[in-house]
Amino acid sequence: MSVTPYIVLSSILFTIGCVGVLTRRNAIVVFMCVELMLNASNLALVAFARQHGNLDGQIAAFFVMVVAAAEVVVGLAIIMTIFRTRRSASVDDASLLKY
Amino acid sequence: MTAHMLALQEAAHSIPVVDPTSASGVFSLLWLVIALPLAGAAVLLLGGRATDRWGHLLGTALPIGSFVLSLVMFLQLLGRDSADRQVSQHVYQWMQVGHLDVGMDLLYDPLSALFLLLITGVGSLIHVYSIGYMEHDPRRRRFFGYLNLFVAAMLMLVMSENYLGLFLGWEGVGLASYLLIGFWQHKPSAAAAAKKAFVINRVGDIGMSLAIMLFFVTFGSTSFTVISANADGASEATLTVLGLLLLLGACGKSAQVPLQAWLLDAMEGPTPVSALIHAATMVTAGVYLIVRSNFIFDLAPNAQTAVVVVAVVTLLWGAIIGCAKDDIKKVLAGSTMSQIGYMMLGAGLGVAGYAFAIFHLLTHGFFKANMFLGAGSVMHGMDDDVDMRHYGLLHKAMPVTFLTFTMGYLAIIGFPGFSGFWSKDKIIETALADNWLVGLCALLGAGVTGFYMTRLMLLTFFTDKRWEKGVHPHESPKIMTIPLIVLAALSVLGGVMLLNDWIVDFLAPVVGTPVHEDPPLPALAITAIAVAVVAVGVALAWFLVGKRDVPRTAPQDVSFVTRAARNDLYGDAINDGLVVDPGRHLVGGLLAVDRYGVDGALTGGPVAIGAVAGQLRRVQNGFVRSYALSLLGGVLLVVLALLAVNLA
Amino acid sequence: MNQFPWLTVLALVPLVGAAAVAFVPKARGAALPKQLALAVSVVTLAVAVAIAAQYDTGGGMQLTEDHDWISAFGVHYALGVDGLGLLLILLTVVLVPVVIVGSWHDADDRNPAAFFGWALALESFSLMVFSATDVFLFYVFFEATLIPAYFLIGGFGRAGRAMAALKFLMYQLGGGLIMLASVIGLYVVSAQEGTPSYLLSDLSQLDMGTSAERWLFAGFFIAFAVKAPLFPLHTWLADTTERATPGTSVLLVCVLDKIGTFGMLRFCLGLFPNASQWATPVVVTLALISIVYGALIAIGQDDILRLIGLTSLSHFGFITLGIFAFSSQGASGSILYMVNHGIGTAALFLLAGYLIKRRGTSLISGITGVEKSAPVLAGLFLVAGLATLGLPGLSQFVSEILVLISAFDYHWWVGTVAVSGIVLAAVYVLWMYQRTMTGPGVPGVADTPDLNRREVGAIAPLVLGLVLFGFYPMPLLDVSNPTVDALLQHVGVSDQAPVVPAAGDDSAEEGQQ
Repeated sequence: MSVTPYIVLSSILFTIGCVGVLTRRNAIVVFMCVELMLNASNLALVAFARQHGNLDGQIAAFFVMVVAAAEVVVGLAIIMTIFRTRRSASVDDASLLKY
Repeated sequence: MTAHMLALQEAAHSIPVVDPTSASGVFSLLWLVIALPLAGAAVLLLGGRATDRWGHLLGTALPIGSFVLSLVMFLQLLGRDSADRQVSQHVYQWMQVGHLDVGMDLLYDPLSALFLLLITGVGSLIHVYSIGYMEHDPRRRRFFGYLNLFVAAMLMLVMSENYLGLFLGWEGVGLASYLLIGFWQHKPSAAAAAKKAFVINRVGDIGMSLAIMLFFVTFGSTSFTVISANADGASEATLTVLGLLLLLGACGKSAQVPLQAWLLDAMEGPTPVSALIHAATMVTAGVYLIVRSNFIFDLAPNAQTAVVVVAVVTLLWGAIIGCAKDDIKKVLAGSTMSQIGYMMLGAGLGVAGYAFAIFHLLTHGFFKANMFLGAGSVMHGMDDDVDMRHYGLLHKAMPVTFLTFTMGYLAIIGFPGFSGFWSKDKIIETALADNWLVGLCALLGAGVTGFYMTRLMLLTFFTDKRWEKGVHPHESPKIMTIPLIVLAALSVLGGVMLLNDWIVDFLAPVVGTPVHEDPPLPALAITAIAVAVVAVGVALAWFLVGKRDVPRTAPQDVSFVTRAARNDLYGDAINDGLVVDPGRHLVGGLLAVDRYGVDGALTGGPVAIGAVAGQLRRVQNGFVRSYALSLLGGVLLVVLALLAVNLA
Repeated sequence: MNQFPWLTVLALVPLVGAAAVAFVPKARGAALPKQLALAVSVVTLAVAVAIAAQYDTGGGMQLTEDHDWISAFGVHYALGVDGLGLLLILLTVVLVPVVIVGSWHDADDRNPAAFFGWALALESFSLMVFSATDVFLFYVFFEATLIPAYFLIGGFGRAGRAMAALKFLMYQLGGGLIMLASVIGLYVVSAQEGTPSYLLSDLSQLDMGTSAERWLFAGFFIAFAVKAPLFPLHTWLADTTERATPGTSVLLVCVLDKIGTFGMLRFCLGLFPNASQWATPVVVTLALISIVYGALIAIGQDDILRLIGLTSLSHFGFITLGIFAFSSQGASGSILYMVNHGIGTAALFLLAGYLIKRRGTSLISGITGVEKSAPVLAGLFLVAGLATLGLPGLSQFVSEILVLISAFDYHWWVGTVAVSGIVLAAVYVLWMYQRTMTGPGVPGVADTPDLNRREVGAIAPLVLGLVLFGFYPMPLLDVSNPTVDALLQHVGVSDQAPVVPAAGDDSAEEGQQ
């Protein structure tokens, strides 16, 4: 079985996520794009694990999922708070933390 | 071996060596001569107002005590054999490091003996005079404190047995001079004059300091005893340099060209100060230095030539200034400069002239102190006006002052029989025997002296009254006139020191016995010419000043020469142009260099880092997406680098 | 070794005193900390006098204490005094009470307890520096002095003091860091030879390679040149003296800066004799530049305190010149110069402080005619000024002429350049005196009150010292000479013989009788 189609799909997803992070302003969408990139890498990990015939990649994918879940919890909470105080979910508006 | 070197070697053998015996008997009180006035200075300056009432009396009594002591010692010295007239006393160890060994050693020999008498004698008279002159000054006690300090320092100068001790006295008199010129320091002109005197003297001190260093490096000692015994072992180049350095020091202290500019300004001080410090004693310290260092100069003919050149230039320089000044004290100051030029000339002529230089120094001490005090007496009667154009016809109002002043006048112009006649004539005679050009310049100077002194006499005591309104000239009190009378007597009789060549023989153990040289003309002829030249100067003054009306303000449409002489021959302008202004620019430039260059270079590093950081922090702009972009860029770079490494 | 630890006690007294002064309850009033500080400094002085009394001038390093501290690095807690250390210790313990009396009211508007506490702490650390015979111990206290100094400068004084304190600290830390590299280097060299040791006595016997010695020398020298200071590392000095209180400036310039020149003698010459001689041309040049340059820019200053600070640049040039002329006159002259400069400059700083307090400005152009109403102040100022310009009869002359003689002995042009400093000194001292003290006084300005008893009392011992050591410097020279002889012997140089040896030695003897 060839892993090439999975890697291609993973690359496409990662690129979509990447472009999304760089171009979208809505914090929720940026967040989703980050999740997309994480899952693209999960897909690549699992695919390579399959090709090598061991479980290392799958374990790594589990770690990523756990981290992503934790991130969703903290990240969404932060976005919610920002939205409540400033009535906006644009990441460009939240630019106070600078020089 | 050339004839010149042979002659030098011969000279080396005739140079007397300082070889004193240890002090005993009355000479063991040598230290007391200095200690008395020094104690006076300490009591008066530290005692505060408590000593106000009797301070001036104590301050006068102590120098008189020193004078009595000096007189006793002088008589004792005369009683000794002429080969045994050098006495030294080791007071205590001053410094000792490695083989540098300097004691507070005192030397009493014929040369210092004469100076002791001059300093304490004339000094005491001037102290007495000052009791009257400074009577109404609220800081009289302090004045006497400073005067005592001066006397102590001057005594140290002439009694030290080594150059370092001499330098102590040298600077001590400089300090006293500074304090006394600036005594009325609420006057900005006095304060500036004091500073100027000290700073110019410090330039001379460079010479003194370097000479002391060179003495130590060459001879391993600064003691006269050691140096005079070994001087012939040093190379002529070294000795010449030593001579020139000492000359530089002497120029500063004795107001010789090119360090002459301070003396005229120094007249800002009270008049007794001008008489004591800036006429009779301190300014002659340069002459003392050169005569005392005869063991150097005798072996360094080039340095002697330099002394003669300086002396001749100064004696004419001072005389020319004296002709144009209207301030009575400045005329006398110019005259002092010129007369010290004569002494320096004598000293520069070597063995033949040393004794005459000292002789002229002594007689000048008498008659110039006399005239300065006389000028003070005149100012006292004229409400402290110094402008001679406001005087005139004072011989009736101040008969004693007039008479005593006349004695001084006749002495300085060299009227036959008066003290100055004998001493100046001897120097001119010796100069002519040495070099006719130098002799002619000295003769010319004598003529100019006749001119400006006659002008001073006429403007002050004769011609017509030009007094300011409300001025009532009156004779000074007895306490001021008695010193004048004593000094006038000395001015007349000072010539007795030349009887039987007494002074020459007396000083011979210190400066050597002159080899008699025949002058180009018979001595009597030279004397006659000198008197004639002076007569011309006097007559010229009579026709130019005495026979004409004297305007109350100085005329401005005068020749270039007069204008130059009024401006001290542009001495200050030269100093300003050559030293002061460039110095000021240099300091200004260095301040900028320090601020922007040195400090800038060292603090520049932190400043540059701060500037770069200020620009770099702009990258931290708060936009999450631009961070993400740079993150992506970073990742791409890493990937590319990995690829490059793996593929290469 | 089992004797009473005099030197430890000497340093501990002011340190404990500092803590006590700092923790006096505020409710007890403002005077108590000052009185306590004065008492502590006087006790310290007494201990130092006791040390001086049992000091044997010919006995080398004395009152030694030696305990292991960090044996892995060969670090010892080792103390001892020789002539050099003793004179500087005495200078320190005399100046601290003088400063306390002289600046009695200077910290009243802030926190007097802190001011006098830090001053005592500075005294303690400085005493440790002067008595340490272990390089590491020396380094620790060398850096420790910066703490009290920083707080003294930054906490008390005029506007702009915080910046000045920062500049001071940066310069000193920079120098200290370079020295740290050399201190570590010393350990490496010492460890290569066998058991590592930081004891001076061990290190001075060390045989290091030429290039290692030069690098280590450079590290120490740069640190000392910052401290001393030498051109071109001097710019912190003027800023600091301008902003700090005069009392702080006295402690800084008269005590702390002496560590620089002390270190050059003790460590540069003591540990790296060959490298010191190798570096002499450069050091002498820098010293000459410092002498002339410092005096010239002092002439151009308008701020009295800044001017006095810059005169010290010139004087430190003289001291360094004497040290690196490698002759007994030069080294003894330098040691004497450190003491005399300390006394004279302390008097100048304190008097300038009195003056500024009375007239409310430190600008020379803003002060005139003081002599008329305050003759004692003017007179003392003149005496201190004359000492600074090296007038014979006052103590600085003796040291200056010794240094000049050694410089001339080293090379005639070095002496010739250095001697120009005496004219420049006359210009800056007398011009300052002329502008501030003389003149008719300003109409409308209230009469300047003359010095009170406390102020005169603080200055009197200094002026007494100036006159006494001017006429009779032998007590100081007797202490410094044996140390200098031993040091020069260690370096391996001896004085040059005179060009013309005395022909008949008898006559030379007679002259001195």
